[in-house]
Amino acid sequence: MRIFDPHIHMTSRTTDDYQAMHAAGVRALVEPSFWLGQPRTSPATFLDYFDSLLGWEPFRAAQYGIAHHCTLALNPKEANDPRCVPVLDELPRYLVKDQVVAVGEIGYDSMTPAEDTALAAQLQLAADHELPALVHTPHRDKLAGLRRTLDVVRESALSPDRVLLDHLNETTVKEARDSGCWLGFSVYPDTKMDEERMVAILRAYGPEQVLVNSAADWGRSDPLKTRKVGDLMLAEGFTEDDVDQVLWRNPVAFYGLSGRLHLDVAATDVTHEGNSILRGGE
Amino acid sequence: MTRHHATPATRRREPRTPPRPHPPETLHTQLSTHLSASARAWLERALTEAAAHPGTHGPISVWELRLAEAGRRCGDEHADAARVLILHAARADPAALTRVYRQGTAAERRAVLHALPHLVPGPDALPLIEDALRTNDTRLLAAAVGPYAARHLAPHNWRHAVLKCLFTGVPIDELADLERRAGADAELARMLGDYAAERTAAGRPVPEDLHRVLALTESAPPAHGSDTPHGKES
Repeated sequence: MRIFDPHIHMTSRTTDDYQAMHAAGVRALVEPSFWLGQPRTSPATFLDYFDSLLGWEPFRAAQYGIAHHCTLALNPKEANDPRCVPVLDELPRYLVKDQVVAVGEIGYDSMTPAEDTALAAQLQLAADHELPALVHTPHRDKLAGLRRTLDVVRESALSPDRVLLDHLNETTVKEARDSGCWLGFSVYPDTKMDEERMVAILRAYGPEQVLVNSAADWGRSDPLKTRKVGDLMLAEGFTEDDVDQVLWRNPVAFYGLSGRLHLDVAATDVTHEGNSILRGGE
Repeated sequence: MTRHHATPATRRREPRTPPRPHPPETLHTQLSTHLSASARAWLERALTEAAAHPGTHGPISVWELRLAEAGRRCGDEHADAARVLILHAARADPAALTRVYRQGTAAERRAVLHALPHLVPGPDALPLIEDALRTNDTRLLAAAVGPYAARHLAPHNWRHAVLKCLFTGVPIDELADLERRAGADAELARMLGDYAAERTAAGRPVPEDLHRVLALTESAPPAHGSDTPHGKES
């Protein structure tokens, strides 16, 4: 089973996770920039983070045979802090980089006017840079948040088929599908979706334009949830082709809209064996 | 043993023809034979633009945009060489190289490091080498220990670069001018000996490359440096 995790925050994960993910079949992932748990206080710390998503993380991933791409943006939560907003001015020089396959994650957290502004501005940035957009739907007041998100998407220069709506669930999937956007589901141990509900949604709505991710981060989460969904799909009667469509071809098709997806992982260490993640000396 | 190994089948491609040792003209000829027609056309356009509009224009110069997109235009295996050529065409000075390095992806940083020997005659760009040597990214480390470091890196920092290569598995063949710089270096010999003792005490193998460098420290350096592309530095 080949797996593309279209949303996972490897910055917050260990190198052991990369190893376990590779063993489970993960060969590609997209790491969206997000809120790190501790609020940032200046654009400079965003830039170091973006640099890490374009430098260190792809290096770590490649050592485990995993292609790493990222999406960059000012996240919804920190769009509310005027100290962080100037990072929007820095984004254009980052959005031209080879490994950036979308603008994201953008969207709503508390549905404030500042979030309206940041969302609209970044959808425009996506259109300007011929990139798709990864749009997070809010955890609180989700259905209202989805509707407001769709209003902003419709008013934007980006067509819905270049937008991936993420963190969907039973209450939002129908309207999201009717919008023509791509459909993202995050499978978590306790919150968001779980494997059984995910399979039920796939049975009800089919695999077209559906992406499943672990969204694993610094919270209680599991980087192998993609595999677990694939296993349950097979156990519940889906074909291997269905699984491949959801866990590989759909994310390839969506992020491939950027024209920058490169799934042939280059060997990154000159020895094929040296492992500087171990800091040497092991 | 805690070394990890990725599945060999997934490690398919290494950058072909390391650009570092080649002067730009040779690099250009070699690269042109490997690129597809569309990539070759893109590169020629990028080089013409860079030559016509070097320097800094607005928030991001056109040649810097070309530098950023070289991977998706030329393919990862040719991106290093394409970027080095763009840097040459733009006649990037140390200030421009520093900006590009600081604002660059790991791949762009690697290209800057490769370009230094032919673009910067003096030691002005050493902070970039030192920055790369502080990372644990073996691609950057390998690019950092080229002819520019061999020419300009101070003895203490150069010895630590050697040790870091041994620590992280960067082959010592990546170290430019190794024979000259290691020759009769008693302090490097001591450091290597101590490292070998530490490995042995832990029950771990001593890297074969360590013995090779150690042997070099016991011989006098060659009369002339093997890397003097401009004949300017000793």
